[in-house]
Amino acid sequence: MTDASLPTTPHRGSLIEVDARTRRRNAAEKRFRLYGLVALGIGLAALVILLTSVLSNGVSAFRQTSLVLEMNLDAAVLDKKGNRDPEEMKKVTTIGYGKLIDKALKEAVAAKGIAIEGLTDKDVANMISKEAAAQVRERVLSNPDLVGETVTVKVLANGRIDGYLKGRVTMQSAERDSNVTPNQLRLADALMAEGLLVKAFNWDFITGPDASELRPEASGLGVAILGSAYMMIIVLILSLPIGVAASIYLEEFAPKNRWTDLIEVNISNLAAVPSIVFGILGLAIFINFAGLPQSAPIVGGLVLTLMTLPRIIIPTRAALGAVPPSIREAALGVGASKMQTIFHHVLPLAMPGILTGMIIGLAQALGETAPLLLIGMVAFVRDFPAAPPEGFFDPAAALPVQVYNWTQRADPGFAERASGAIIVLLVFLLVMNAVAILLRNRFERRW
Amino acid sequence: MNIAVLVLIVLAISAAGYVLGRHRALSGAQGDRRNLHSLIGYYGQTVFLFASVPALFLLAVWLFLQPMLIEARVGAMIQPSDIPEGGSATLVMSDVRRLAEGLDAAIASGAVTEEALAGLQAGDAELGSLLSDAGVALGAELRPNVLEAAKAYRSDSHGARLALTAAVIAVSLVGALLSLLRVSPEYRARNVFERFVLAALIASSLVAVLTTAGIIASLLFESIHFFQLYPAKDFFLSLTWNPQFRGGSDLGIWPLLWGTLYVSFVALIFAVPVGLLIAIYLSEYASKRLRTFAKPAIEILAGIPTIVYGLFALITVGPLLRDYFAQPLGLGTSSASVMTAGLVMGIMLIPFVSSLSDDIINAVPQSLRDGSFAIGATQSETVRQVILPAALPGIVGAILLAASRAIGETMIVVMGAGAAAKLDLNPFQAMTTITVKIVSQLTGDTEFASPETLVAFALGMMLFLFTLVLNVLALVVVRKYREQYE
Repeated sequence: MTDASLPTTPHRGSLIEVDARTRRRNAAEKRFRLYGLVALGIGLAALVILLTSVLSNGVSAFRQTSLVLEMNLDAAVLDKKGNRDPEEMKKVTTIGYGKLIDKALKEAVAAKGIAIEGLTDKDVANMISKEAAAQVRERVLSNPDLVGETVTVKVLANGRIDGYLKGRVTMQSAERDSNVTPNQLRLADALMAEGLLVKAFNWDFITGPDASELRPEASGLGVAILGSAYMMIIVLILSLPIGVAASIYLEEFAPKNRWTDLIEVNISNLAAVPSIVFGILGLAIFINFAGLPQSAPIVGGLVLTLMTLPRIIIPTRAALGAVPPSIREAALGVGASKMQTIFHHVLPLAMPGILTGMIIGLAQALGETAPLLLIGMVAFVRDFPAAPPEGFFDPAAALPVQVYNWTQRADPGFAERASGAIIVLLVFLLVMNAVAILLRNRFERRW
Repeated sequence: MNIAVLVLIVLAISAAGYVLGRHRALSGAQGDRRNLHSLIGYYGQTVFLFASVPALFLLAVWLFLQPMLIEARVGAMIQPSDIPEGGSATLVMSDVRRLAEGLDAAIASGAVTEEALAGLQAGDAELGSLLSDAGVALGAELRPNVLEAAKAYRSDSHGARLALTAAVIAVSLVGALLSLLRVSPEYRARNVFERFVLAALIASSLVAVLTTAGIIASLLFESIHFFQLYPAKDFFLSLTWNPQFRGGSDLGIWPLLWGTLYVSFVALIFAVPVGLLIAIYLSEYASKRLRTFAKPAIEILAGIPTIVYGLFALITVGPLLRDYFAQPLGLGTSSASVMTAGLVMGIMLIPFVSSLSDDIINAVPQSLRDGSFAIGATQSETVRQVILPAALPGIVGAILLAASRAIGETMIVVMGAGAAAKLDLNPFQAMTTITVKIVSQLTGDTEFASPETLVAFALGMMLFLFTLVLNVLALVVVRKYREQYE
């Protein structure tokens, strides 16, 4: 036998002195432990680096540089006929307003006695955002009585000046940049010292619409947030009833046969289908076949509903299954039908779990980007969609797609905007998940 | 009539039916509820359902089909000669729709009457001013057939809307009446109502099946369409990907497939050891305090949308790898690279691998561990020689699921891997993947019938098949494994 062939001299060693083999084994044990700790460290470090990178890049998007100017709204330019009729004043384009703002800034610079060698008029004019004229025009058109008066206006500064105040643009980079000159930066320093250039919280970033390629300083998330909200409403309205109904059938009524097995395999499979495939589905069925409009929240909502359904059916079924049989038996015992048992007793008790799953599913849908790219949500949309239900068919943007859009633009100002938009998205997700956890801790019953 | 108003009318009929149904049941039972078969509410609810559900269903189906039928009819009026050079039938159809909307707006504003409109000809100057007032800008010259088609479109739409209103209200009334007539004290209202609800539940659970059917159908039809325009042999065997929007493109899948597999490989090489070690450490070594903090922290990574990872790759990881690795080593100058996308995707997959493996390791019975400790094995020896072999099938399943996620991932590769389709071994080169090309071929204004656009559907088909096989394989492996210890 094998035992007999073993060496007869037993292993001699001290229990106090560790021999080489044991030492090796203990070292291997320590090493293995260390590997595990290192892996955990890598995972946590990745999380920390990811979040700090996005936060540090994006926080500055919430503050915006503006110029505060005393500006004379010259009636000779803005309202030639002098009858203050907004319809006629609309004929004055932003070019007319732009010239007035340029003049106001030039006067302000002169009045404060700021002299910088080699500063051209063009340099001064380019301190102001191209969006500024539209800002002032809007204000005047909504209140024609302002014409002829001298008012204090707060207009956006150029994106590069904004970048200088945030440390993105430096004197060195300005030398190489054709869009900004070092003189402008010196002027910015002087204006800041005089209090004409101020940085303030940027509400327009959250409420305003997107702006064109050359005006990162004016771009905002308003349309995207609204579009995402519309889509979430559609997802909620459709997937909550359908998801709960499907779960009830599969968990409570479905006989165990091939057909229901097929449905179940189907659902677990759909949960793992790549999201972009749902985008192809939306493009082919909802847009090309059914003729729904492109970039509309309704299409996005429908696609996200189909994607979210399997993801909420799984937790909903778990919540229904967690209700103990005693509840069912008690209800059946006092004469309730099966349908009454489920709708009057099981469903209300499972509701906290169902809502938790629903909110987490919604949070996932909110961050989904790839399918929305295919159904035309990448289009540039500046107009706010109307109120629902008509608004569901208007073009809109979506929060994660807006991030993608901004990363595709050349101006470095948009990188900051994209990170800022991510922060907004993450705040929404955080709130939703916090609500879900709260709901679970507060209402979920352990049986 | 407005659809919302129509829905409200149907609901009003149904509500009236509810009240009448209750009333009729009660009066049939001489005012004594105990003589009824079901609870009184069920009688009203049955009538409500029969009055509303069929009518609303008809409305939905009609609204879905109407545009298609009308367009087929109106589309036949347009001759091939009406389609301008470089245009397409769909463009002309959208002109027809815009024109019809403009005419509607003109009539609504009172600028023209129905009779005057019928007499208008394509050349009339009056028509142009009418349309521009209504906010419809005409592109090129208006062809007579297009105008006639727009008129037909209008009259068809109006006729259909009228017929729809009549049909929906009629169905609702008939449903209400028929179910009302059946109400009597012996009527088994609860059973009828519950059967109705059960049918609704079944219909809901079929949505998932319909979704899959829709995915397969849309992928399959458009792929077949693509292979009619472009030889399948070239798609599957050609080694170049070079779409030209003037035709004559090379659309070989291999460069894309290579990029996809390469990026996924890098991601898995990073994510699998890290994720697995995290799972082992957390389930076998970590103190309770560390576990309650670290496990949710790692799972936060799973809840972060992929666009965030994409941005991370684009503005942080990409430049970092380029400046500190690729350029000093002379391997490349692009910040978008296989390495960038692979690393970031690896981070995304860590929680995926770790939480699945964690479940599986925890499912290994304690008796196996105890047995191993009893014969003197250290903890790491137990993990390596007992627990991992026992959990291996489950871990393989987890890795397969992670691979399926990696192959189908879109945003990270769109923003991190680049757009150059090439077969290369250097991981610091920009390469592209199937998902990136689906996005780039299908976004933007493209002619929908060209092989350059349709190829996206064939790519989608390949992607769907790949992930399906991986998912099913993973499911089978995990299921088999779970049964072992239960």
